[in-house]
Amino acid sequence: MSDSKFQNDVPLDIARWGMPSRLDVTIKKDTDDLFEDSKMLVNIGPTHPAMHGAFRCMAKLNGEVIEKSYCEFGYTHRAKEKLGENRTYHQFVVYTDRLNYCSALINNVTYAMSVERMMGIEVPERTIWIRMICAEISRVIDHLICVGINAVDLGAFSYFTYGYQQRERAYTLIEKLCGARLTTSYTRIGGLMSDAPEGWEKEVKDWVKETRAVLAEMDKLLTENRIWLNRTKDVAVFNKEQCLQYGFTGPNARAAGINIDLRRDQPCMFYDKVDFEVPVAQVGDVFDRYYVRLEEIKQSLNIITQCADRMKPGPIWSEDKRTRIPDKDVVYNTMEGLIHHFKFFMNGFNVPKGEAYTAFEAANGELGFYIVSKGGPMAHRMRIRSPSFWHYQGLDPMIKGEYIGDLVAALGSINVIAGELDR
Amino acid sequence: MDIRKPVATIYGYFQDKFSPTWNEQILKLRESYGEAIELVVMPMESNIDMPTLTVKKEKIHEFLSDLKNNYQYSFLTDFTATDEKDDEEFEKTNHRFQLVFHLFNTETKARIRVKVKLSENESIATFIDLWIGANWAEREIFDMFGIQFEGHPDLRRILMDMRWEGHPLRKDYPLRGYQIFLTPEPLDPELLK
Repeated sequence: MSDSKFQNDVPLDIARWGMPSRLDVTIKKDTDDLFEDSKMLVNIGPTHPAMHGAFRCMAKLNGEVIEKSYCEFGYTHRAKEKLGENRTYHQFVVYTDRLNYCSALINNVTYAMSVERMMGIEVPERTIWIRMICAEISRVIDHLICVGINAVDLGAFSYFTYGYQQRERAYTLIEKLCGARLTTSYTRIGGLMSDAPEGWEKEVKDWVKETRAVLAEMDKLLTENRIWLNRTKDVAVFNKEQCLQYGFTGPNARAAGINIDLRRDQPCMFYDKVDFEVPVAQVGDVFDRYYVRLEEIKQSLNIITQCADRMKPGPIWSEDKRTRIPDKDVVYNTMEGLIHHFKFFMNGFNVPKGEAYTAFEAANGELGFYIVSKGGPMAHRMRIRSPSFWHYQGLDPMIKGEYIGDLVAALGSINVIAGELDR
Repeated sequence: MDIRKPVATIYGYFQDKFSPTWNEQILKLRESYGEAIELVVMPMESNIDMPTLTVKKEKIHEFLSDLKNNYQYSFLTDFTATDEKDDEEFEKTNHRFQLVFHLFNTETKARIRVKVKLSENESIATFIDLWIGANWAEREIFDMFGIQFEGHPDLRRILMDMRWEGHPLRKDYPLRGYQIFLTPEPLDPELLK
């Protein structure tokens, strides 16, 4: 392996931020490795606490340095794409929760959006604001988990507990919306499962205020910690060109300087009506991926406040009758309602012939649903473009030439979620 | 009802913004490729979201590298396949599978879809020379549909067990086609050489 990236004349901080940071960080590679020529195979996973799910990494080590590795996965494969072809569009909503289970609501929202788009359904304004808040709360949860677990893997446990508390409170907010904490299934095609309860906006705003304070504390606790910087800076670098080649999206790509955020560049819902910034770093190492996520949480909190301010009471269901689930009092008290209910849940609704690829900036990157419809209540092809699949592919080249201890840091920083990876 | 309505902007869809460039690019592509482009479906004509070009198999590599290098569609968003076994055209043309590329222009943020038709036992040269990231996507397509990619360095199953028989996303594979293995998947030591 070459040490060229550590012998750069420009100090790392200046290369990254354009200015010197408050700490002088120099990284030295250990040149007196006693086990230089001893080759060794190390198997991590499929069930290993540092692997964040069931996947496996075999590494061939030279001393402590990874010479070659390959990744195996598929242990949580649940045939979602096959199920998408054999379930009605309404029935598929529950399967989307189990994609990225750290941010189930984003998957729900994206799926609902992609089917509505194929049917040409317009959802009311209130629904869109609620969906945006849901997506951003999920993003905050996902990023808190990612940076928290990444820190736990590298030994900073208390940092994780700060984030975890806010995550629990966020789940309580979600619970008030739909009764579930993790597998939400909150959206419906053309609407939502239920309206937000009264005073929910205010609770969200309180939570945002708390989270901002906690985030400042977290930032102080870890970001300039010397051990943390030594473990993360210039570790597992994945540069811009590699990111483009490997199909990296989301925070992982933005950490390497790819300035793309689908919320800004291809605004769906009302993202063009809210103000937010897209944090972009330059180097693409573990620290950048961590810091981009931390900054993104702040931007998400800004978006949540703006959405909560603009939310007004109103209907949550689209006026389109095709996808409207009949109200329960109609179902229980009238025969027509009961028939309608039965037909809706047994036969589903028809989506016109066509095909569409709908992408949304999920917490990990671009989550896309490519739906091919040939008419009828079930899709002809339900392709899920999950960001983790493309990110996990980049792990092998990313950890090549790094220490075995940094594998855990690299894996935690790209935030691969097994549910989304295997589908 | 179709997706051309202005409501589509809620779903991040900017057909009006991109259609002049799309028209221009497709005109240019048609000039240089002529017959090799079998079919062009524009979003204005049909219920789809972006221009879909079906290209002949012989020209597809050249076509995609042209799109990548000269038209800035440099980002491979998604690479997948569909099984058209139940389609009416299948009986006429015997083209069972379609490979579907979703390309993304990182400068203008436009998207384009490219398709190649393949018959059942036909193989196609790998696309790794264009995008390294196509590696696993091709493995997944091989796993799910059984399409062979020539020149792929490591064409193994990716999601299913190595000992699995059949290709699950084919339309003739049953939904509950369980196969149960009592021992864990064997590991190939050759992979680390």
